Amino acid sequence: MLSYFLRRLILVLPVAFGVSVVCFALVQIAPGDPLTAIMPVDATAEQQAAMRAAYGLDKPVPVQYLIWVGNLLQGEMGRSIASGRPVAAEVFGAVGNSLLLAAAAAVIAFPIGIFLGFLAGYFRDTALDRAVTALSITGVSVPNYWLGIVLVIIFSVNLGWLPSMGAGPGGSQDWQWDWAHMRHLVLPAVTLAVVPIGIVARTVRALAGDILSMDFVTALYAKGLSRGDVLRHVARNAAATALSVMGLQLGYLLGGSILIETVFNWPGSGFLLSNAIFQRDLPLLQGTILVLAMFFVGMNLIVDVAQAAIDPRVKRS
Amino acid sequence: MLDLRKGIAALALSVAVLAGPAAMAQGTLRIGMTAADIPLTTGQPDQGGEGLRFIGYTVYDALINWDLTQGDGPSGLVPGLATAWEADEADRTRWTFTLREGVTFHDGSPFNAENVVWNLDKLLDESAEQYDPRQSAQGKSRIPAIASYRAVDDLTVEIITHEPDATLPYQLAWVMMSSKANWEALGKDWEQVAAKPSGTGPWMMESFVPRERAELVPFADYWDETRIPKLDRLVLIPLPESNARSAALMSGQVDWIEAPAPDTIPAMQGNGFAITQNALPHNWTWHLSRVEGSPWNDIRVRKAANLAIDREAMGALLGGLMIPAKGFVPPESQWFGEPDFDVTYDLEAAQALMTEAGFGPDNRLKVKALISPSGSGQMLPLPMNEYIQQSLAQAWIDVEFMVVEWNQMINLWRAGAADPSVEGSQSINFTYFIQDPFTGFIRHLDCDLMAPNGTNWGHYCDEDMQGLFEEIKTTFDPAEQDAVLRRTHEKFVDDALFLMVTHDVAPRAMSPKVQGFVQPQNWYLNFSSITMAE
Repeated sequence: MLSYFLRRLILVLPVAFGVSVVCFALVQIAPGDPLTAIMPVDATAEQQAAMRAAYGLDKPVPVQYLIWVGNLLQGEMGRSIASGRPVAAEVFGAVGNSLLLAAAAAVIAFPIGIFLGFLAGYFRDTALDRAVTALSITGVSVPNYWLGIVLVIIFSVNLGWLPSMGAGPGGSQDWQWDWAHMRHLVLPAVTLAVVPIGIVARTVRALAGDILSMDFVTALYAKGLSRGDVLRHVARNAAATALSVMGLQLGYLLGGSILIETVFNWPGSGFLLSNAIFQRDLPLLQGTILVLAMFFVGMNLIVDVAQAAIDPRVKRS
Repeated sequence: MLDLRKGIAALALSVAVLAGPAAMAQGTLRIGMTAADIPLTTGQPDQGGEGLRFIGYTVYDALINWDLTQGDGPSGLVPGLATAWEADEADRTRWTFTLREGVTFHDGSPFNAENVVWNLDKLLDESAEQYDPRQSAQGKSRIPAIASYRAVDDLTVEIITHEPDATLPYQLAWVMMSSKANWEALGKDWEQVAAKPSGTGPWMMESFVPRERAELVPFADYWDETRIPKLDRLVLIPLPESNARSAALMSGQVDWIEAPAPDTIPAMQGNGFAITQNALPHNWTWHLSRVEGSPWNDIRVRKAANLAIDREAMGALLGGLMIPAKGFVPPESQWFGEPDFDVTYDLEAAQALMTEAGFGPDNRLKVKALISPSGSGQMLPLPMNEYIQQSLAQAWIDVEFMVVEWNQMINLWRAGAADPSVEGSQSINFTYFIQDPFTGFIRHLDCDLMAPNGTNWGHYCDEDMQGLFEEIKTTFDPAEQDAVLRRTHEKFVDDALFLMVTHDVAPRAMSPKVQGFVQPQNWYLNFSSITMAE
């Protein structure tokens, strides 16, 4: 197991290198001058050149990459062009908020998705199965930013029960586990949970259905095992694939919530990313994408190792 | 998205409205800005006009301020940290500024001539210890006239301009004065100053969470006793998404939002929220190329295009939140004058002019226009430009659009109409700040400012216009200068130098609790008169 883990860890290095190259290249090929957003529209050519030099953007692209990577290895992610603040502080603060939101959405989505999927798989081709399938397809299909707006209209504007924006009450700077803060989490987390509920439910339904129709299940029943014992076997067989899907969904929840964080003004990495794109803030854009991409890489590593721990066949393959 | 907004509007009709205001309280005013971040707080803010509106003229003062106390007419310049200023009659490049006595910064340090020089160095002198590239990027190009400056005594500053330039007072209204003592106390580090800024303005910044909020409290020792804020607190919240802003207002999380989505306005009005608007010195035009071969070199074509647009009908598209253009500046402007060319809708006259210019239904003119899908001040550029496209088609002008992202369009605007990067576009849809003579008039058409050396995108150059610009710069009496500006504007209109479409009205929505707000005809606002009803 340890050797598998180490082999898997070593494989992360070329992936990380590839991620860094792609992150850097993506923002280089994007149209627009990164300094446009912070310079007056009628800035002179001299001013533009001075700003470009100040941010190192006058250097050849490979040199810019090497400087960027060199700084990264020293823990320095540069400063945001738009705000002048250290990118690391901006990104990790925002990622912390996104993790909180993603965790809340996962806490809602995974148990509900697993329960619904298992229910549908167990009662395959019944009215219950069709209802769950319809529900999960709807969950996957509904644009979640639209759902977010609808929830805001109902629960914030009309009923006034929950706030529509921000990560805490006025003046609050740090997250606290009290209702005043947690009520800000409810609407974005529920909105964000809808898609993974659908995906997890559909995956678990398919897995459970397939496994329940396998010969070994019949054999287990024939051996006289109780329904509960058989279901435990089914769950163990389904767990590896389900875990893999949920791991990827966790990555999606962290990095794929740009629209949700924008709708709810949630100060997370998606919101930061959209602002960085809008402002052509290259250092911030690169830093945010890199951190999110590395999170995906990390999640994949954890999921692979967890899969191997649960299902020895994964390790052998 | 349009349908969603309608959904918001329809559902919001059921929002219960609180009882009308009863008594006045000092209270807290929470504002949802359109900016994605708190504007730069160190003195010279970023985020364009919104930055100056919320951080610039709240926390800071300029030597010369805008009069933001009335909304009935165009706002003019008033004494700020300088009580008087004049150009030497013998040498018009030499200006003397008399500074206000007894003014202190929020940190308690005195404001004096040394501070003025220090602040100008902050923007203009790259060798100065306090030179800040970020503030310089925002401020340097606003004061192109300045050649040198010095402190004559504690309360007198001398500024020398490159050439006689009577627009210097307008230029200086862009420059915010931050505290030297505060910068020194915070280790001469602008990043530290950003968190604890100090100006002389009516509001002090108490706390600041990047991208989330800034909280301002009154500066009780403000030099202008009539402008000491009545509120207890002013909270600025970046809310860049328009539906998020509307929801925040309607659910009571903020008291005021900038630029509400047009289709949520009826619902807001129906539920007692106030929608304020006033003429804004801002226009929405097509800047026309005058390089060789451009069809816009023919005045008949320029006039025909201006006559082909039914601007009143366009108002419906914007929920009525516009002022149909009659010229380059709004009709109420002190610089409008009496142009002969009536910018109105007259399709017959437009077609007659096109016929005279050699075009017709079987020989249509093709033009290419650069437009952006969004952008600061661009209003609703896609539907508005499609409306213009259809209007011009009726005058046998077929428009092909080149749509580019806003930042990229700024680059193409700087490059100018003759640059290959614009791919032969003969027009650019750009909205312009028209609050002062240089920014409003001169920079667009000055022969010496042809792009890429300046912002004369269309490469227009005209001897008479150049003469008018020279006269603006050399007319030092404000009333006489206004008269020159009126003549200049008359030429802008009579020569149909732009496709003049509309003016913004700066709509904002606010809770009925907000009392005492006066919307000046200006980009900037005075928050000191505001109170909150209980």
